[in-house]
Amino acid sequence: MMDEGRKIRVLVAKPGLDGHDRGAKVVARALRDAGMEVIYTGLRQTPEQIVAAAIQEDVDVVAMSILSGAHNYLFPRVTQLLRERGADDVLVVGGGIIPDEDIPGLQECGIAAVFTPGTSTGDTVKFIRENIKR
Amino acid sequence: MDWQEIVSRALSREVRAVSRLISIVEDRRAGFEDVYAAIYPRTGRAHVIGITGPPGSGKSTLVDKIAAEYRSRGKTVGIVAVDPTSPFTGGALLGDRLRMQRHSLDNGVFIRSMGTRGHLGGLSRATSGVVDVLDAAGYDYVVIETVGVGQSEVEIASLADTVALVQVPGLGDDIQVIKAGVMEIGDVFVVNKKDRPGVERVVAEIRMSLDLAGKYSGHHGPATAMAAATATATATAAIAANAWHPPILQTMAESGEGVAEVCEACDAHMRCLVTDNALVERRFRRARSETMKIASDLIWRGLADDARTLGAAEGLAWKVARREIDPYAAGRDLRELVVS
Amino acid sequence: MNQGDLKGEYGRWKSGTYGKACARFPERRERFEGSSGIEVKPLYTPLDVERIDYLDDLGFPGEYPYTRGVQPTMYRGRFWTMRQYAGFATAEESNRRYKYLLEQGQTGLSVAFDLPTQIGYDSDHELSAGEVGKVGVAIDSLADMETLFDGIPLNKVSTSMTINAPASMLLAMYIAVAEKQGVPADKLNGTIQNDILKEYAARGTYIYPPKQSMRLITNIFEYCSKNVPRWNTISISGYHIREAGATAVQEVAFTLADGIAYVKAAIDAGLDVDDFGPRLSFFFNAHNDLFEEVAKFRAARRLWARIMRDRFGAKDRKSMQLRFHTQTAGCTLTAQQPDNNIVRVTLQALAAVLGSTQSLHTNSRDEALALPSQDSVRIALRTQQIIAYESGVADTVDPLAGSYYIEALTDEIEQKAADYIQRIDEIGGAPAAIERGFIQAEIEESAYRYQMEIESGQRKIVGLNDFQIEEERPSGLLKVDPAVGDLQCRKLEELRAKRDGATVEASLAALKRAAEGSDNLMPHILDAVRAYATLGEMCGVLRDVFGEYKPTVAY
Ligand code: B12
Ligand SMILES: Nc1nc2c(ncn2[C@@H]2O[C@H](COP(=O)(O)OP(=O)(O)O)[C@@H](O)[C@H]2O)c(=O)[nH]1
Ligand SMILES: [Mg+2]
Repeated sequence: MMDEGRKIRVLVAKPGLDGHDRGAKVVARALRDAGMEVIYTGLRQTPEQIVAAAIQEDVDVVAMSILSGAHNYLFPRVTQLLRERGADDVLVVGGGIIPDEDIPGLQECGIAAVFTPGTSTGDTVKFIRENIKR
Repeated sequence: MDWQEIVSRALSREVRAVSRLISIVEDRRAGFEDVYAAIYPRTGRAHVIGITGPPGSGKSTLVDKIAAEYRSRGKTVGIVAVDPTSPFTGGALLGDRLRMQRHSLDNGVFIRSMGTRGHLGGLSRATSGVVDVLDAAGYDYVVIETVGVGQSEVEIASLADTVALVQVPGLGDDIQVIKAGVMEIGDVFVVNKKDRPGVERVVAEIRMSLDLAGKYSGHHGPATAMAAATATATATAAIAANAWHPPILQTMAESGEGVAEVCEACDAHMRCLVTDNALVERRFRRARSETMKIASDLIWRGLADDARTLGAAEGLAWKVARREIDPYAAGRDLRELVVS
Repeated sequence: MNQGDLKGEYGRWKSGTYGKACARFPERRERFEGSSGIEVKPLYTPLDVERIDYLDDLGFPGEYPYTRGVQPTMYRGRFWTMRQYAGFATAEESNRRYKYLLEQGQTGLSVAFDLPTQIGYDSDHELSAGEVGKVGVAIDSLADMETLFDGIPLNKVSTSMTINAPASMLLAMYIAVAEKQGVPADKLNGTIQNDILKEYAARGTYIYPPKQSMRLITNIFEYCSKNVPRWNTISISGYHIREAGATAVQEVAFTLADGIAYVKAAIDAGLDVDDFGPRLSFFFNAHNDLFEEVAKFRAARRLWARIMRDRFGAKDRKSMQLRFHTQTAGCTLTAQQPDNNIVRVTLQALAAVLGSTQSLHTNSRDEALALPSQDSVRIALRTQQIIAYESGVADTVDPLAGSYYIEALTDEIEQKAADYIQRIDEIGGAPAAIERGFIQAEIEESAYRYQMEIESGQRKIVGLNDFQIEEERPSGLLKVDPAVGDLQCRKLEELRAKRDGATVEASLAALKRAAEGSDNLMPHILDAVRAYATLGEMCGVLRDVFGEYKPTVAY
């Protein structure tokens, strides 16, 4: 029997104190409507909580949304913890209010792609489908 | 990691391995039957508790608090939370974890969310396997939160050692649910949201229908049983049923009030199952239902995978469509072909 | 001409002149509709306002049901308050921005706090890491608040503070700063947002569970009615509900449903509706659809007046007046071709003014990129000034009244919002509807629909999904120095070393006892504030006693 039941599993997470969740919820729904299984952590998650959830849920993707300017602090912590726990086969993407000049640095830290305002959720779906690592 | 390594790490409760193993079982990835064979001998130690009840009744909140309670007693808890998969897109929003997320940093709690993936009955087809993984990994309790949609919930009865049925005041159709046969599966009744008006009425309703049920069937006998049980098994169940009187407990899951009592009741139920030798019967029931399901699955797969049967099915279907034979006759013919 | 003739004539036009034109040149769309799904007809005539009775439904400005505005002269007397929401980094830096804005002709202050402050954590709390000063000013204690208002006489400005869960602490700090300036509390003008229900439903800076939060709120109502009588004790906010994705009708319905819950809570706490009713204020959004928005403001005023009079038996006219602040819709502003945002904001601000707002924030063109730069915020303020001084729209009261379209739409929005409120009543009121996730689910549904309309191209956003250009990101965006976090932590350390520890301890212990009992907490909070207890310490005490709120997510 082959991997017949495989579904893309995504953890949509809101790190930090940011309460902007409209985008995260829209993205979560769009991913669901694209046939993925989406686990939403809710607001105010620490990087440790996000990584623990990602591992227990064995997700293919961690998708984080930050609109409060704390991305340079929080995103890299999540990718670092994932690496430390041997979960670097998880695709990590981010989105929100992220200044252009911050994006290269985030990519270097292991954020595969950053989606900013105006992105169509279709592009996000496509990116995830084409880039999941397993 | 190859699968042997995953299994051995999972058996020593290494979180990442447990989680990967669950995926292998849930997705039926290549080789999952070998994996299953390797872990199965280690199962049967956990106390499997099913939490069922209508959406919004507070199941997730309750599971969160139950986990906290067992943790405070030094026990470990695996949680399987099932949410519905959309039949249209195949996707799912798995929202239960949100209420339990505070345990995520506790190594003694493992939470896994699942979609029903097209399966009816309040669980996913793979739930039983996932429970086995958590059991084999050594969690003392495995708590399952079902989808919670009424009628189809009875499936949990054949999976769990103890079923806690959650009801709340003010849902309007709660009485409906109680009368619909779901009642019979409850080993422990939880009336949650006791801070709301109408609790007494719900308690009274439950008591009344328990009394009614007690008159003829005892509290066992899940409607899902696929085949007639052996005479001895039925007898054992009857004894057990008489010994255990499902308690009706009031909780306020939000604050944790009454949750310790729920845990106590679940433990008491387990003790009762053990002393009455009824645990054997429960486990037998689960094994039987699982075996039948897998067999029928395999047969179905045999049908779907095999070019010969597919061809035959097509031919038969045309005959049915042309009204040359009836669908039952076609079904019987096809079965002959598969079984032979 | 009587209505019967008109009906006939209208029928003739519709199937004749109009029908023929449509047959030759089909309209752009099969159905035109506003954000709430209300159909927009090709033409409105007296037939559409038949149901409306001028005196009952419109009345006169400054008179019940206040459809035409809460003041008799409206902007002929005084323009709306021009109040730009601002705050970032440290108290020093924000103080400079406030002074700049006042110099530029702004007429009121509006303080944006950073997230740790809004959630009751000190800057040195582990969860504050990376967040200090990022999206608002960091306030840890009275010391920061003194700096924030340094050189700004609090008897001369009115100050609005977007603060909710810790509203009592920040209000106490404001009162304490005023004391130091020699300004008594009864001379203070301003607003605290203090609207926790919409935090649960749409904004996210909650701390405590609903019951305890409602107690904090009613404590403030009671305290202010006696001690800070000119203070708006709450700003019941639809703005954030709309920004989270709601439609115009949902905005009105959910906001007024929240309002009803606060009034109920205060009455249940033993207050008289006319003691606190006049101090309730509101906060709405000015979105893109100009006429729908104007109608929305008018409908909200009428509905609230009726609710206060008929449901709660208010007698004081002021209790029935829905006074509101407006902010233009940030979520309509794009990162693409940001200068276009100036035009959007102009139209939205116009809607607010035509809708008779009491005060207004106009968003900046860099909304979707960063906190506003000084240049951008100046243009935004100038937009208001141009509307006020140059456009002439402020020279008569409620100028769109009597438009068949506006009146019909006002009526329909009121109806639809009232229907929603009834559904919420049936669930058991706004707190129950939020607990059940009803309101959140409705908002999410609308947000998703809006997004899908954009992605399908059904809803055109200029510069985003049509009329795009190749462009570079603009320069000169505001960036908050990440060193602010360390700076605040150092300030805190110094403060903790300097202040009288025993007084702080004693005041916090007293606050704790009061929280466990049923005293009004405001006086205790004021004591702690004066002793320079930090915000995190005060909120921590209440966290211990009250516990924390856990959100419902409705899927
Ligand atoms: C709506 C909004 C709000 C609403 C939020 C409602 C809610 N429940 O979400 C309200 C009014 C409550 C609000 C409040 C505040 N806001 Co606000 N808000 C916005 C606004 C106008 C739009 C955001 C939005 O929802 N857009 C619609 C959604 C669908 O788009 P999106 O989130 O951008 O998501 C899209 C992409 O970015 C991407 N994406 C986003 N996340 C992710 C994640 C993944 C994994 C992927 C793949 C893609 C992705 O895909 C989405 C679809 O295209 C922005 C400005 C703007 N125009 O962007 C300011 C903005 C984000 N807010 C801002 C601020 C400062 C605040 C406050 C902190 C102000 C204060 N001091 O109190 C508060 C506090 C809120 C809190 N609790 O954290 C600033 C942030 C500044 C910064 N980062 O430097 C902004 C940029 C405005 C500004 N220029 O000042 N806000
Ligand atoms: N009033 C009250 N609300 C509760 C209680 N327990 C849970 N809730 C609320 O009920 C809602 C649904 O809870 P949830 O656990 O998600 O229910 P589920 O759908 O059955 O899993 C949430 O808003 C909870 O906060 C309780 O004891 N009293
Ligand atoms: Mg649940």
